[in-house]
Amino acid sequence: MSLDSSYLEYPKRGRGMDHDHYPWTHFFKREPVLWPNQVKLLVWPVISLEYFPMVPSDDPFRAPGHMQTAYPDYRHYTAREYGTRIGIYRLLGAFEKVGASISVATNSKVAERYPQLIEDILQGGHEIIAHSTDMNGTIASGMEEDAERALINESLDMLDKVTGQRPRGWLSIARSQSFHTAKLLVEAGLDYMCDWVNDELPYKFRTDAGEIVNIPLNHELSDRQIINVQQQSVDSYAQQMTDAADWLVDEAGHYGGRMLPMHLTPYIMGLPYRIGSFEKLVAAMADRPDVGFTRGDVLLDNWKARP
Amino acid sequence: MADAQKPDPGLYDYQPWRKRPKISWPEGKTCAVWVAPNLEFYELDPAANPHRKSWPKPHPDVVGYSHRDHANRVSHWRMAEMMTKHGFPGSVSLSVALCDHIPEVVEDANQRGWEFFSHGIYNTRYSYGMDEAQERAIIEDSIATVERATGQRIRGWLAPALTHTPRTLDLLAEYGMDYTCDLYHDDQPTDVKVKSGQLTAIPYSLEVNDHYGFFIYNMSPREYADTLIRQYDRLAEEGAQSGTVMCIPLHSYLIGQPHRIGPFESVLEHIAADGRAWITRAGDIVDRFRAQTGDAA
Repeated sequence: MSLDSSYLEYPKRGRGMDHDHYPWTHFFKREPVLWPNQVKLLVWPVISLEYFPMVPSDDPFRAPGHMQTAYPDYRHYTAREYGTRIGIYRLLGAFEKVGASISVATNSKVAERYPQLIEDILQGGHEIIAHSTDMNGTIASGMEEDAERALINESLDMLDKVTGQRPRGWLSIARSQSFHTAKLLVEAGLDYMCDWVNDELPYKFRTDAGEIVNIPLNHELSDRQIINVQQQSVDSYAQQMTDAADWLVDEAGHYGGRMLPMHLTPYIMGLPYRIGSFEKLVAAMADRPDVGFTRGDVLLDNWKARP
Repeated sequence: MADAQKPDPGLYDYQPWRKRPKISWPEGKTCAVWVAPNLEFYELDPAANPHRKSWPKPHPDVVGYSHRDHANRVSHWRMAEMMTKHGFPGSVSLSVALCDHIPEVVEDANQRGWEFFSHGIYNTRYSYGMDEAQERAIIEDSIATVERATGQRIRGWLAPALTHTPRTLDLLAEYGMDYTCDLYHDDQPTDVKVKSGQLTAIPYSLEVNDHYGFFIYNMSPREYADTLIRQYDRLAEEGAQSGTVMCIPLHSYLIGQPHRIGPFESVLEHIAADGRAWITRAGDIVDRFRAQTGDAA
């Protein structure tokens, strides 16, 4: 038994990364970033606003949280709808109580179906990030490039139509991209994407069509990961976010401004028995003079304005 | 022709936990504690091994790849500073291609006085299916690459992504390696039966590996810290009979996340303050063990 000889050849083995999207850099040796108003830590909440068609698609893969039983899967269809009817309003309320503007990564199908909700989000001063079409709009290699381009444009066009403005940011479902995605996002005119989790500050990401900024949306610190996957309580979630904030505020004192992504799912965090603990977490963060809340586009502009 | 598969690999003799000869650690310490940071490089689009998929998703597996890339950009430095602050050296499980890709990380570890052993070329290239010449090639590559980058001759091995062949351990001994981290049968070092030379199995750990803690057992950061403290307390207590070994295997992209590094500090504080821990490197533990047990042959 042996492997093909090419298995022991390493054509990309050399200085730097094994691709051309970004250079390696040392997080602690960059020019410090300064946030406005002496804030040391910007907390960036991103709520994923999702519509799950009751007929799920596995092409190219089935989204996390999608239908599970034989048709008709009323239980998952309606439990996800709970998020867009009620959970989202509880989350928005938690942030509105402290006067925070945040980001909402929105399936364009939600905007098409529930324009009143979109209006409430915009009136609250929040940002809409494009989040594909609906939860069947997953992306992965194997997908035709034209189909992927059409998916991205369909999402942007509908969000533009409903909100009156073209989103500046993009979040892929499950952060899953093909080798074409970043280039297509540049071609679609987007300023930033949130899929790559390799950093804790924005950085420039090169494609054949030009650059886009990646703002890392930490997947480990999502309610999905901590509460659904790891089966921790909301109190543990709040503790982990607080520990992260404490650590980053301290680090910011030495190395410049830090950011803490807070990725939220209405049907997970917006439940009656969880929301109270979550509201306390948000209120406690808001009470700290060295911590602020931000939207993704504002974070991007502040980062771009760095010296 | 397939190699014959053995129901018992015959790696070592059975040795009950009771009535073992006493192993002593320096200055009457009861538990040798070593920290094993995995400094790795994963490829975005690696060649396929017919026996194991590299990534669960089609390439590019953006979350899988970029999560691990966090190590070399951000979290290595948090983890390493924390270890240095509390006096814990590292014994590095190294994807040796990291020496070529991001030598800054390897140099940082070397300057901290850490020891290196090989964890293969990349953690996306597996040993399954290799013939003997191919396996020799990755061992020789590992020895030469680490020596060139750090001046250190590697003494040990943790198979890339824990992928072995039945001949791996014999080859490691033949190349003069002193230890393997691939066997999980004991809380003390054990000599492994090899065709030539001497090879010691040093206790590494999957059970208290941060990857298991966070992704198999789904622990919170504070639960994981408590797990490590309990593991240490028990091994330090039992080590009064005969010295034990505790390994803390880490991946900075996990332990160096902002919600985990703070709770982890309490573990290092606890062990450093306890007084029963011999806080050292893998090679030192193997040397001390062999000085008491002699040659396996």
